[in-house]
Amino acid sequence: MTTILTTILIITGITTTLAILITFANAFIADYGEKKIVINNDKEFIVEGGKSILGALVDNKIFIPSACGGKGSCGYCKAKVIEGGGPILATELSYLTEEDQENDIRLTCQVKVKEDMKIEIPDELFNVKQFQGKVVFSKDLTEKIKHLRIKITDGQEIEFKPGQYVQLLAPPYPGNAEEVFRAYSVASSPSQKDQIDLIIGLVEEGLVTTYVHEHLSEGDEVIFNGPFGDFYLNEDSDSDMYMVAIGTGMAPLRSILHYMNENNIERRVRYYFGARKPEDLFMVEEMKKLEEEMYDYEFIPVLSRVEEGDDWDGETGRVTDLVDKYLEAKAERECEAYLCGSAPMIDSTEKALVEKGLKDDKVFYDKFD
Amino acid sequence: MDINPMTILIASIFTNNMILANFLGMCSFIAVSKEIKTSLGLGQAVTFVLTGTSVINYLIYTYLLEPFGLEYLRFIVFIITIAAFVQLVEMIIERYVPTLYYSLGIFLPLITVNCAILGVSLFMVIREYTLLQSLAFGIGSGLGWTLAIVALAAIRQKIKNAPIPKGLQGAGVTLIITGLMALAFIGLSGVVTIQ
Repeated sequence: MTTILTTILIITGITTTLAILITFANAFIADYGEKKIVINNDKEFIVEGGKSILGALVDNKIFIPSACGGKGSCGYCKAKVIEGGGPILATELSYLTEEDQENDIRLTCQVKVKEDMKIEIPDELFNVKQFQGKVVFSKDLTEKIKHLRIKITDGQEIEFKPGQYVQLLAPPYPGNAEEVFRAYSVASSPSQKDQIDLIIGLVEEGLVTTYVHEHLSEGDEVIFNGPFGDFYLNEDSDSDMYMVAIGTGMAPLRSILHYMNENNIERRVRYYFGARKPEDLFMVEEMKKLEEEMYDYEFIPVLSRVEEGDDWDGETGRVTDLVDKYLEAKAERECEAYLCGSAPMIDSTEKALVEKGLKDDKVFYDKFD
Repeated sequence: MDINPMTILIASIFTNNMILANFLGMCSFIAVSKEIKTSLGLGQAVTFVLTGTSVINYLIYTYLLEPFGLEYLRFIVFIITIAAFVQLVEMIIERYVPTLYYSLGIFLPLITVNCAILGVSLFMVIREYTLLQSLAFGIGSGLGWTLAIVALAAIRQKIKNAPIPKGLQGAGVTLIITGLMALAFIGLSGVVTIQ
């Protein structure tokens, strides 16, 4: 008994002493003082040295996208570091392409602020804010897809372009020890500035999706930040639009459609929405209803696994097949395409569209992994 | 054990070299030996850590673990002190010698798991060294490790453009060189004994 106690005491004593020593050393040795970060040659921030760029910017309410929360495991927080970044670290290497490395792109969660720095980030990131909200509505759309409505409760308003995404925070819950952010496209129109809709599918072993599906219910508080992303409606064009989505890819397109409807944007729109079985389809009525209200819009759901006895008289096959079937070959008119869903679906659809004569710089997509 | 600390110092550099006689600390030895300058930097860091940890571990072992009969804890305690000490060294190097910090890269924190360092602490306990002997053993082993890695780096720089068969390039030829170096150092064995 005494042996056990002394063992515990001695081990605790040694580790505590060392921990205190390191904490002190961290405070004195790793104190780099205040440093200046110049962003985009324009804005200047005085930050506490020794922190990562990502952390220092969060202190100044600038949110660079980061799904892992700064652990160097997602590779989202890339930014151009022009001055003061030092050489590339081993922990960054696996996330930086050769092109990134040539262009001084770095992982901002790994690079510490040790001297005055100059960095470049997309201007849109200045609009990114952190919001507090409350789940006011939560409904199962299918077995594995949930529709959430989050009302912003901290008095802020969210400004975004239809098609952009936000990052939702999952706090620690049984089975997940730490905070983690994941990106979800906003499914509601930007005209609603005090609330957002999200459409979230259950991913096996997905940390945030599991949280949303199994732990989050109406009335719960949530934290999210945004908006992010370069997938959004191109408002400078009036060309025809082809929208293709599967599963939760519905979200950004729903936002775009409602926005177009509200603002009476007169463009020809065809929306192909793919699912496997009839029970995997959702929001069909809502999408159909827009046909009556909008200028020239058609919603075409398609099922890939119709079995005998299913109540289905619509299209069958894959969304890619519909592109082949409906697009006029070598269309003379200029078209844009908005694709949203899994990477294989997007790759094959993009290929089919380009074969039909669409220019590949007119094919916009948001790959959900 | 009445051995002159100076003898231990000399012996641990030449006849009982951590790498070439005991084959401990091989991973960073092979990975960071491409350039003399970097390997010299890592050698210095290892020497510093070895010197510090051998003394600290000696004190902890003699005045904490032995009196309470907790010798069996030495593995975990030694590793904890080594980890903490490396953390400190890393902080200091990052702050004051940033160029070295960047060139050592991931191998600086990896000193923690450098077998040579745990090896020195365990050998000194097994061989029942005194404080002074342990200090000499720590410094000597560090210098010996540095000598070996710098020598290897020098050889590797020399043979950089040599027509080495494809299958042997990199780690393969490095291990062969290490073996030849170890053979050469065997020539010194028996000159002094320290155990």
